[in-house]
Amino acid sequence: MQRIGVFVCHCGTNIAATVDVKAVAEALSHEPGVVISQDYQYMCSESGQNLVKDAIKEHKLSGVVICSCSPRMHENTFRKAAASAGLNPYLVEIANIREQCSWIHKEIATATEKAIILGRAAVAKVHLNTPLTSMESPVVKRALVIGGGIAGIQTALDIAEAGFDVDIVEKKPTIGGKMAQIDKTFPTLDCAACILTPKMVEASQNEHITIHSFSEVEEVKGFVGNFTVKIRKKARYVDETKCTGCGLCTEKCPMKKVPNEFNMGLDNRSAVYIPFAQAVPKVATIDPNYCMMLKNGKCGVCSKVCSVGAIDYKQEDRIIEEKYGAIVVATGFDPIKLDKYDEFAYSQCPDVVTSLELERLMNAAGPNGGTLLRPSDKTHPHTIVFVQCVGSRCDDSKGKPYCSKICCMYTAKHAMLIREKYPDTEVYVFYIDVRTPGKNFDEFYRRAVEQYNVHYIKGMVGKVTPKSDGKIGVQASDLLSNEQLHIDADMVVLAAAIEPDKTARPLATMLTTQMDTNDFFTEAHPKLRPVESATAGIFLSGACQGPKDIPETVAQGSAAAAKAIGLLCKNSITCNPCVAHSDELKCNGCSSCEKVCPYGAITYIEKEFRMPDRTTAIRRVASVNPAVCQGCGACTVACPSGAMDLNGFSNSQIMAEVDAICK
Amino acid sequence: METFTYYPGCTLRTKAKDLDTYARASAEALGIALEEPADWQCCGGAYTTARDEIATKLSAVRTLNSAKEQGRALITVCSACHNVIKQTNYDISRDEDMAMKVNNYLQLPEPYAGETTVYHYLEMLRDVVGFDKLKEKVVAPLKGVKIAAYYGCLLLRPSAALAMDDPENPTIMEDFIRAIGATPVIYAQRNECCGGYITLEDKSQAAKRSGAVMGSAKDQGADMLITACPLCLYNLKKNSGSDLPVYYFTEILAQALGLKEGNDE
Amino acid sequence: MNKNLKEQVLRSSGVNVLKCMRCGKCSGTCPSYDEMEYHPHQFVYMVEKGDIETLMKSESIYKCLTCFACVDRCPRGVQPAKVVEAVRLAAVRQQDGNRLSADQIPSLLDEDLPQQAIVTAMRKYAK
Repeated sequence: MQRIGVFVCHCGTNIAATVDVKAVAEALSHEPGVVISQDYQYMCSESGQNLVKDAIKEHKLSGVVICSCSPRMHENTFRKAAASAGLNPYLVEIANIREQCSWIHKEIATATEKAIILGRAAVAKVHLNTPLTSMESPVVKRALVIGGGIAGIQTALDIAEAGFDVDIVEKKPTIGGKMAQIDKTFPTLDCAACILTPKMVEASQNEHITIHSFSEVEEVKGFVGNFTVKIRKKARYVDETKCTGCGLCTEKCPMKKVPNEFNMGLDNRSAVYIPFAQAVPKVATIDPNYCMMLKNGKCGVCSKVCSVGAIDYKQEDRIIEEKYGAIVVATGFDPIKLDKYDEFAYSQCPDVVTSLELERLMNAAGPNGGTLLRPSDKTHPHTIVFVQCVGSRCDDSKGKPYCSKICCMYTAKHAMLIREKYPDTEVYVFYIDVRTPGKNFDEFYRRAVEQYNVHYIKGMVGKVTPKSDGKIGVQASDLLSNEQLHIDADMVVLAAAIEPDKTARPLATMLTTQMDTNDFFTEAHPKLRPVESATAGIFLSGACQGPKDIPETVAQGSAAAAKAIGLLCKNSITCNPCVAHSDELKCNGCSSCEKVCPYGAITYIEKEFRMPDRTTAIRRVASVNPAVCQGCGACTVACPSGAMDLNGFSNSQIMAEVDAICK
Repeated sequence: METFTYYPGCTLRTKAKDLDTYARASAEALGIALEEPADWQCCGGAYTTARDEIATKLSAVRTLNSAKEQGRALITVCSACHNVIKQTNYDISRDEDMAMKVNNYLQLPEPYAGETTVYHYLEMLRDVVGFDKLKEKVVAPLKGVKIAAYYGCLLLRPSAALAMDDPENPTIMEDFIRAIGATPVIYAQRNECCGGYITLEDKSQAAKRSGAVMGSAKDQGADMLITACPLCLYNLKKNSGSDLPVYYFTEILAQALGLKEGNDE
Repeated sequence: MNKNLKEQVLRSSGVNVLKCMRCGKCSGTCPSYDEMEYHPHQFVYMVEKGDIETLMKSESIYKCLTCFACVDRCPRGVQPAKVVEAVRLAAVRQQDGNRLSADQIPSLLDEDLPQQAIVTAMRKYAK
C-alpha cells in the first residue's frame, strides 16, 4: 500500500492569493494512499524542505506530491530533499499550481478547483512511480565554438585559457567577423583592428585552439558532454598548409572585377583573394563563381606564380567529424536588407549608404584609403544626414519589432569622427530617441552635440530625392520646432536594423535549441541563465542571442566560456534516468521509433527469442541507448504496438493523470 | 481570346477618352477582350477609408459583383477607379461589419465577400499578357525615348490593399517602358502625390506638388512622362508650369503597337 | 475634451493611436505639410488626447491629399491619413458641415478638369 505525502505551497501570496491552499490540502488528504496533506508558507525554504524530510521519515512515505511552482524552478530542490531523507528522488511529483493555475486565474473558486484537480493528477501519477537511478556519462573534454567573430574568439580564448581544446568553425575565409570591418569603437574611439587583431593572432597561435575557417557545421548528433559534429570544410582551392599568404596570386590574378564583400561591395577584389591584410588564417581563397580556371579551364595564372605550389584547382569540400563535450553558438548578426525602405532611395543612389558601408568608407583599409569620399564621384561630402531606426522598432509588418541597440552609439561615433576630421562638414542626425545606457555612453553622445556641434534633430526623414547635380534632397520633420525641413545633402547614412545571421535558423534545428520569433537564440532564463540555451551543453555567445555592442558581446563571450568550462571540468555528468525503453516482446521491429528519434538513440538488434513448443526465433527489436536518449518521448508516441515507454512518464502514468483530471 | 470585365469609369467617357480608346484598341491587338458590365456607376473618385461609411462604397461593390457574376476578373485602367475598387475589395474581404452592412443593403442573390480578382491594365499586361509577349508584338518601338513613369499615390498605396508592386521601388511601369522599346527614367518623386483634387480649391498647392514631380523627372533627363490617371495628367500639364510632355501610358502602348500615330508635341 | 468625439474618430478610422512612437515620419513625408496648421503626427497625438474639436475647426483637415504616404511609411502601422479622414468626416457630417455644395461647382471648373476631381472633392468636402 502506498503512503503518499502532499505538501501545498502558499508561495507567499503568489499562490495563496488566488488559490485556497488549505482547501486544496484538505481535498487531497482524501485521495487514495494519502497519509498526510498539509500547506506551508514557502515549501522551498529550508524549514519547508525539513517539513517534507521529517514527514518522509515519520510517516514512512513511499511517494511525495508538492503542489507549488513549475518543476523548472524547484523540482530539483525537492528531489534532493527526498533523497536526503532516504526516498528515491524520482518518487517526488510536482503539481504546478502557480504558473499553470494561480497566475493565470482571477477567481479563487475556479483556481482552487483547478489546483485540486492538478494535485489529484499528481497523486494518481505518483502511485505508479518507480525508483529510478541516474547513470553517469563521460564528458568529451573539447569544445566547439560556431562563429569566429569577436564573440566566438573571446569564448574560444577563455576556454583555451582553462586548458581545454576548442575548435572554432567560421564560414568565411577568415575569423574576425563584423568587428574586423569596423573602423573605430565607441566610446573610446580606439581602432577596432588594433584591439581585435591581437586576439585573432592569439587565437591562431594558441595550441589549444584549432580554427576551421571557410567551414560550416553540417550535422550535430549526441547530447551534452558527448556531441558528434560533422564539419564541412569548403574547398578554397588552396592548400592551407602550404600557402604562406604572400599575396602574389591575388596581385597577378587577371579577374579583378569581383565585388569585395569585406568592403561591402564598395570596391573590387580579385577572384583569388585574402579578405584583408590581418586575416587569420592568412591564406588565399579562390572564388569559384569568378575564377576563370574553375569556370572554363582557361587561366591558371595563380598556380604558375605560386612558389610553394599551394593552388589546387581539384580541391573538393571535405567533411570531418569531431567529438565535443560543449558547443557554443556565436553566429552573430547582419544588417538587414533595405529594399523595403526605398523612400530613403538606397537602391537609387550610391551616396545613400548603410552605417556599415560608412565604416568601410572611413577605414584606412577601405576603398578610399581612409579618406571619406562619396561613392558616386569621389568628392568630399559637405553635408551628411544620418537616419536612425531604419527597420528597427517597427510594427511587425514594417520591420523588426526590437531596438537594434547599437545604432545610437555608432552614429554618435560616426558624427564625431567626421566633425573631427572634416570640420567644414555639417552633420545632421535625425533621431526618435537617443538611447545610450552604458558606461560612458551618454557622455559620449553629449560630446558629439556639445563639443562637435553635431545637429541632433528630433524627427524622422520621410523622403529622400536624389538629384542630377549630385545633391540629395532630404525631406524630414523637426518635431521640436514643428516644421518640415528640406536639406540638400551630399550623403545620407542609414542606421539599418540588425538581424541574426541567416545560418542561425538551420543551426538551431540541428542543435534542437529554441529561437524567438526574430530568430535570436533563446536563453534558458532571461535573467538567471543568460548564456545557456535550454538544451544542455549548448551555450550562447554574442549577438546571436540579441543585439549587443562589443563590450557586452565580449562579456557574454567570457560568460559562455565559463559555463562551458564548468561542464568540461567534469569527468562525467549525471544522466536523466527518464529515458525510453522498449518492451521486446511487444516490439514488431517496424523502425517507426528509430525514424523519429532526434538523438539517434535507437538501434535495432537481432535477438533470439524462445517461442512456444520449445522453438526459438530470431526477431529484430528496438534497443535504446540510455546514455544518448534525452527522454523526449517522440518514440513512445510513434510506436504502433505500444512497446516503447518512457521512465517517469510511462503510458500508464499519463493515462492515470488523465483519468484523475477527468474524474 | 481571353475575356475580362472592363470598368472604364466616368472620366474615361469624357475628359480622358484617349486613355480609354487606346486601352481598348491595344487590348484587342494583344488578344484580350474587354467587356463593360451593364449599368456601371461612377466609383466616387476617392475611397473613403472610414469604417462607418457604407453608401460611398456600394458602387464599387456593384462593379466587383457584376464581374463575379460573369465569372471573370475585373480590369480597370484609371488609377483612381483602380484604387477605389481594390481598396473596397480588400476591406470587404476583411471587415465583416462592412461586408454585412453592404450585403444587407444590396440584397444580392449571393452575398459579395471580395471574391473578384482585380487587375489594373498594367497588371494585365504584366501578369496575363506578359511583358515578353508584349515586346514581341511591338511594331514601332520607341527607341531612344527616355520615359519617366509616374505612379503617383493611387496605383501603389496603401500597398497592403493595392498589392501591385513594391510601393517604394516599383518596376511595373519601367518594365512596360522597356517592353515597348523605350528607356525608363528613375526619379524619386515618381511615387509622390501630384496634388490630386486639391486643385479645385488650392491651385498653389497643386502647383507645388506637380512642379516637384515634373522637376524631378526632368532633372533625371526624361523626355516625357506617362501616367494612368486623368487627374494626375491634368495637374502635371496644367499646374506644374513644366513643358515636359505628359501622356497616358495607353497612348504610347498603342503607338508602339502601331495603332496610333506618333506624338509630335 | 469631448469623449464622444474621440470615440467616434477612433471607431470611424479604425486606428489605434496608441501604436504611435512619436517618430514624426508621417510629418517628414507629408506632401501637404506646409499647408497644414496641424501636421499628421499632431493629428494622431491630439486624437489620443481627445482634442478633436480644435482639429475639426482647422483648415488642416481639408489639406490632406489622402496620398497614403504616411500610411505606407509609418514604422508602427498607425495610418495617420485615416485619422485625418475620420476627423474631417466628423466635421463634414455636422449640421451645415458641408464645405462644398453642388452650386459652387460650376465656378470651379475649367475646360480640362476631369470629372474625377469633382466627384473626389464632393466625397472629401461634403456628406
